[in-house]
Amino acid sequence: MLTPVVDEDGAPFWEYAARGELRVQACAPCGELRFPPRPCCPHCRSFDNEWHRMSGRGRIWSYVVPHPPLLPDYAAQAPYNAVVVELLDAPHVRLVGNVVAAPDASLNSVDPARLRIGAGVKVAFTRLGDLTVPRWLLERS
Amino acid sequence: MASLKDAAAIAGIGQTAFAKHLPESEKTLACRAIVAALDDAGIDPSEVDGFASYTMEETDEVEIAKSIGAGDVTFFSKVGYGGGGSCATVAHLAGSIATGQASVGVAWRSRKRGSGPRPWKNTAVQLPTPGQWTRPFGLLRPADEIGMLARRYMHEYGATRDHLFNVALACRNRANQNPAAMMYERPLTRDMYMNSRWISEPLCLFDNCLETDGALACVIVSAERARDCRHRPVYIHSAAQGLPAQHHGMVNYWNDDPLTGPAWTAARQLWKTADFGPQDVDVAQIYDAFTPLVPLSLEGYGFCGRGEGAAFTEGGALEIGGRLPLNTGGGGLSEAYVHGFNLINEGVKQLRGISTAQVPDAATCLVTAGEGVPTSAVLLRS
Repeated sequence: MLTPVVDEDGAPFWEYAARGELRVQACAPCGELRFPPRPCCPHCRSFDNEWHRMSGRGRIWSYVVPHPPLLPDYAAQAPYNAVVVELLDAPHVRLVGNVVAAPDASLNSVDPARLRIGAGVKVAFTRLGDLTVPRWLLERS
Repeated sequence: MASLKDAAAIAGIGQTAFAKHLPESEKTLACRAIVAALDDAGIDPSEVDGFASYTMEETDEVEIAKSIGAGDVTFFSKVGYGGGGSCATVAHLAGSIATGQASVGVAWRSRKRGSGPRPWKNTAVQLPTPGQWTRPFGLLRPADEIGMLARRYMHEYGATRDHLFNVALACRNRANQNPAAMMYERPLTRDMYMNSRWISEPLCLFDNCLETDGALACVIVSAERARDCRHRPVYIHSAAQGLPAQHHGMVNYWNDDPLTGPAWTAARQLWKTADFGPQDVDVAQIYDAFTPLVPLSLEGYGFCGRGEGAAFTEGGALEIGGRLPLNTGGGGLSEAYVHGFNLINEGVKQLRGISTAQVPDAATCLVTAGEGVPTSAVLLRS
């Protein structure tokens, strides 16, 4: 499995994820949330930022079900789902992830027929290599 | 302010064969396409003093210039974002010629994507942003990234797989008329489409472009010079690049409105500097790495309203004789996928009146580059 190649801007996201917290970068002076993280606020140009904790609840914005050819670790789980989740706390913040049956379950652990745009999901976390990454559980399982 | 409008023209086009596998190197193929384009224009290679290509192009102007016997080169440029750069290569050369930086420009793309590696398989070039936010979750390939937008588009606007089939079919029908197309002798039916294997649901095999070895080039000179060349000049009437505010590459899920992509930005600039509008376009070459890019582009470039791109494809609108015949050589879906350069050359063929699927009396053609990525477009006229 590919693990995220972390850069300076994104590092805090993964550090908070390792503690089981879903946090999004926010501008310190104007409070505007932004994703993906970046050095400067596009609204007020401040370089001061902080990381706001999210409730971890969201909705499926869209999803795909990839089939081979894929990289071997992914082909082994195909067809699986990849989703974009919009956060209830900030609908313009959207995260790519996977809906799974349990935090450590495989990417194909939920029948794709159960996925719907708009379905409620809740964040969970699992280890992936040296990092902790978010996964998503259907709220109505 | 100086204007680009009709200041430069495409005077020559050239291409190699298109195939799943060609034995020659990308460098050799590039030289063959370029020499053919210069011969088509009737211009000696020693006169070439400008080059433009894509950042993803693996051959470079140093080697090309040396091999074809170019003279002193005074302008060279490479445009980023994969297939989004196709039309910008023409635009950069038109600008360089209009401003006197060069007099004979060559734009080219040579790619062995048919027999060579698939870029998404390279795990060493995971760009930290946005790759860290997408690839670990199995969103690995462009087909997955565009499939995500496609499903959202279908959900918001009631688009169906039949709409995507309309796009695939129009391209295939034109390829069936084009002996140079990889799918020349391969008709497509609705049954074949609906029963084909998935690549990334909701996209099936036929929603994806071909994998091609091949090269193309075109020659750009001043409008005045073009009138002395071998063929009827095809004027570069208007050109634009497009990088929208808060855009994020092909994974454009993070701005306020992910379904209005770079096409909208390029279109505003393109029409602002043109003497005519979308209703005056006789034929279009719309970048079609994936079928959903066509309805998204039809909306962006103003052929219909927001959310109407899928419905626009109904009733044979994209076929010859329809409202907007497009991708008349077969496009990336059915002629060849060489990062959209075949769409540029096909636009030239239409305006010369020599396409294998000629639109009668075509005098204006829109050519677009990859949608979803930072893009570009040119309006051509005869």
